Amino acid sequence: MKGSPIDPNRIYASQTSGWFGQLLQCSNDGGNTWEQPGVKPDEAPLSWPPAKSNRFLYDLSPETGKPLTTHQWYDGTQHPWEFKRVWHLEPLLSDAETVYTGVEDAALFRSTDGGKNWHELAGLRGHGTGPAWQPGAGGMCLHTIILDTANPDRIYIAISAAGAFRTDDGGLTWKPINKGLVSNMIPDPTAEVGHCVHHIAMNPSRPGVLFMQKHWDVMRSDDAGDNWHEISGNLPTDFGFVIDVNAHEPETLYVVPIKSDSEHFPLEGKLRVYRSKTGGNEWEPLTKGLPQQDCYVNVLRDAMAVDSLDQCGVYFGTTGGQVYCSSDAGDNWQPIVHDLPAVLSVEVQTLA
Amino acid sequence: MNPSSLTPLTIRVILPYHLRNLAHVGPEVALQVVEPVTIRRVLDAIETAYPMLRGTIREYETGQRRPFLRFFACAEDWSLESVDKSLPSAVSEGKEPLLIIGAIAGG
Repeated sequence: MKGSPIDPNRIYASQTSGWFGQLLQCSNDGGNTWEQPGVKPDEAPLSWPPAKSNRFLYDLSPETGKPLTTHQWYDGTQHPWEFKRVWHLEPLLSDAETVYTGVEDAALFRSTDGGKNWHELAGLRGHGTGPAWQPGAGGMCLHTIILDTANPDRIYIAISAAGAFRTDDGGLTWKPINKGLVSNMIPDPTAEVGHCVHHIAMNPSRPGVLFMQKHWDVMRSDDAGDNWHEISGNLPTDFGFVIDVNAHEPETLYVVPIKSDSEHFPLEGKLRVYRSKTGGNEWEPLTKGLPQQDCYVNVLRDAMAVDSLDQCGVYFGTTGGQVYCSSDAGDNWQPIVHDLPAVLSVEVQTLA
Repeated sequence: MNPSSLTPLTIRVILPYHLRNLAHVGPEVALQVVEPVTIRRVLDAIETAYPMLRGTIREYETGQRRPFLRFFACAEDWSLESVDKSLPSAVSEGKEPLLIIGAIAGG
């Protein structure tokens, strides 16, 4: 789920079920009512044939597409690309009608008509390393899309378990940006692709400086992903999913350490956000208002957000259905809702 | 061709709960379908009347029924029948509905 940065009333959300497949929903009134783009119930469709907001077809056309190759399956054999679901929606910074989606099996799609129709940016899937990509435990998903605030042609994306990629020409061509990542669970720990990147965050005021929560390791790049170095420092465990950056202090970071890839809950059952005010390496636990015993939830990759108020608010949701909020940059926390289903995505808007 | 065969018949279809919500309809919808009344023609009529249901019952590209959905007519399972086979006359005459049912999956 994601709201438009320039139109808070426009919110995009993805739904998927085994029964009815992929659905794309859009709200034009801040979430009060929802519709599938272009086919509003009780109204004639805006065009015929009607919009296909739930159709994500890999682009195989000779002009713009790439042949649908195979990718690596869990057992190392090759496996065909199959669309399964949308993982992430990212509306353009300057245009509410243009939105990117990351899907499983990994590919990037774009709509320029408010989600009514989707077209793949096939240069990513077809740039060359595709056959070496493999699914993570959650599937081969493109889960992170970061639009560069200074350069409209520059986009960063991340795929589990292929790694991070960047385009500098608006999505036409792509290159892996995984130098410096070390993943000991793959045959070549420093391979060009194959890394299980969990999430990447960037402060909009400082494009090019990226922070990554990898499967293990918290990483930093100061050169738009060309080189990464580890900033896990004194974290008690550097496995986790979410990572975010303070809206006003670009060297202030937040992660939620999770015990391990085998045990997806906080160490010792204590839910702690760790904050670094030094751009990494030196981390402090934030515990005030968070459960410090018998807490066995996870915090998923899209389930943390920050607001832009003077004292940066920080929000995160858990697989136990709680959403916690800190209105003072992480010093104090309180649950703002606590009985939801597992929280997959947290989005915050500052309304006048 | 017999001119009467071009006159659309009113076919009743029962939709699963979530699709009713997407289309803002009740449990049963009535659709106009020209003979021969087949599953393909009924689905075509559903998707014309309710374009928000395109892609939710059958795949865009292949027309394949989504795996967790089944079709029933007159207490018989039509899920694996050819979509071009004529449905029972009780369905084409509007006495019985075509049922589109979600599999009981997940508990």
